[in-house]
Amino acid sequence: MSAAPPSAPGLFDCRDAYARTLEALAAEDPRVVAVVNDSVGSSKLGKFRDRFPDRVINVGIAEQNMVSVGAGLANGGKIPFVSGAACFLTARALEQIKVDVAYSAANVKLCGISSGVAYGELGATHHSIEDLAWLRTLRGLTVIVPSDPWETAEAVKAAAASGQPTFIRISRMPVPELEHRAPFQIGRAEILRDGGDVAIIAAGTLVHRALKAADILAAEGIEARVVNMSTLSPLDEAAIVAAATDCGAVVTAEEHVVRGGLGGAVAEVLAMRRPTPMRIVGFDGFQPTGSAEWLMERAGLTAAGLAAAAREVLSRKRG
Amino acid sequence: MKALDARRENEGAGRIERIRERANWMRRRSLQMIYEAGQGHPGGDLSATDVLATLYFGVMRYDASAPAAPDRDRFVMSKGHCTGALYTALAGAGFFPESELSTYLRPNSRLNGHPNRTYLPGVETNTGPLGHGLPVAVGIAIAEQIDRSGHRTFVLTGDGELQEGSMWEAAMLAGHRQLGNLTAIVDRNRLQQGARTEDTNALEPLADKWRAFGWEVVEIDGHDYVQLLSALDRPASPRVAPRCVIANTIKGYGVSYMHDQAGWHHGAPNAAQYAQALAELAGIEEAGVEDQA
Repeated sequence: MSAAPPSAPGLFDCRDAYARTLEALAAEDPRVVAVVNDSVGSSKLGKFRDRFPDRVINVGIAEQNMVSVGAGLANGGKIPFVSGAACFLTARALEQIKVDVAYSAANVKLCGISSGVAYGELGATHHSIEDLAWLRTLRGLTVIVPSDPWETAEAVKAAAASGQPTFIRISRMPVPELEHRAPFQIGRAEILRDGGDVAIIAAGTLVHRALKAADILAAEGIEARVVNMSTLSPLDEAAIVAAATDCGAVVTAEEHVVRGGLGGAVAEVLAMRRPTPMRIVGFDGFQPTGSAEWLMERAGLTAAGLAAAAREVLSRKRG
Repeated sequence: MKALDARRENEGAGRIERIRERANWMRRRSLQMIYEAGQGHPGGDLSATDVLATLYFGVMRYDASAPAAPDRDRFVMSKGHCTGALYTALAGAGFFPESELSTYLRPNSRLNGHPNRTYLPGVETNTGPLGHGLPVAVGIAIAEQIDRSGHRTFVLTGDGELQEGSMWEAAMLAGHRQLGNLTAIVDRNRLQQGARTEDTNALEPLADKWRAFGWEVVEIDGHDYVQLLSALDRPASPRVAPRCVIANTIKGYGVSYMHDQAGWHHGAPNAAQYAQALAELAGIEEAGVEDQA
């Protein structure tokens, strides 16, 4: 596994918020258990294990079994948080997620750790940039992509209380705490900055970059709306249609391939309800080795890259 | 509590007669379902029926009117395609009306080709793709191991299903954690969809494989109720080996032209075959009564 990401003042690893919140939930509710695939360390659940040793089920390196065991624990009345590297959890165990969790409506919380290109140097085997496309098609599975530590904690709490099968995509790339304007609610998008010229709809680690892109654009006289689409399923279609209606041009930004993820979800809604010029910013297929930041820059997943995408789509705006 | 009443009924004198009567009914009724629907998996239904009848009418504690009761014994149908056996067991046990069996495979029926827990009471987890039921059953057993609530988990697997790698991930963990509340029954009919298991990807030495994964293994005749009861009825013991019951069965049991025939893995009898099957099942039912006498 790769070394810890570079830390900087004011930047946080969302896994810490995840582990802290899960430990607090477990202290309140004896039904909360953690299921891991030899991933106590990478999920930062060492303290959880020390405090609740009987409530960590380590299945070893066996992701299919990990997800099914989670479904069985839910049948037995537990609220299992199944935590593993997002790349293995979602790809290796996709049929288990489909059948045992989503189709069976099992009260399992799947936590994809170190998602996106966090494991940049380890290569495409360890990148998890197809997971949103796979999982958001599974009816009944809630898919949440938190943007910062606060939203990660809120998502974990909301998932524990929801009774629904849920996937939470947790990043280890350093992100700042954002200034949120509304309480977190599953299925509701949040407008972090209003504007009427172009909408940037972002999720996860791209939200703070989208806010910086809006700063760049504002200096040029372009007012961008920044929408934090932290739930991909169920999707806040009204927020998407409103952004397209009010702005007439849409950019989406995600740490994911450009097919089937957030951009795909937004495009589906707009194609049917409000055709609008769009740019989908993300990765184009398997990525080479390199640091996460280098991969993000290369794909235009930076403030400057998103600002450029906004200018391009504005040039195609009708009227 | 009703569950305890059911337990007494299951334990009382005449237990074997009751299981036999239910199994005979299940065989006839599941064949009728398949005949009327024009499709199904009769071979595996008939190999598994005696196992399910023993569990539901001789071993398990449950209250069909409270299918989500936390302390119920669980049964997981890992070989999810054998819904003829499962649905007749669940209907016979009272989880839904027997009359509903006539809707099998019809549009919008609750009786899917593979079981669905979200709308059919008594189904613990959705199965269908092979290799899912045992891992889920292991999770249920771990929950009991944490809580010590005393319920037991039974799971029926196909033998061909044991070619799925996920089964051995689960078997390994169950052995490691000493899930003494878990019993896996292998429907060892020696046939998979297309051919004999041993000609496809051999399972033997099967008992040794389970033992090597930390399980206690019992090998029985899967159509003998005395042996089935002895192998299946044990308390949920903490921290002892999980038990694997290799139930040697006959695919298509009770119907001569289906006996040990891979070709009857799926399909449905025509009218003449159906009449012959019912006549032959009546024959084994009478023979069963004579055996007892």
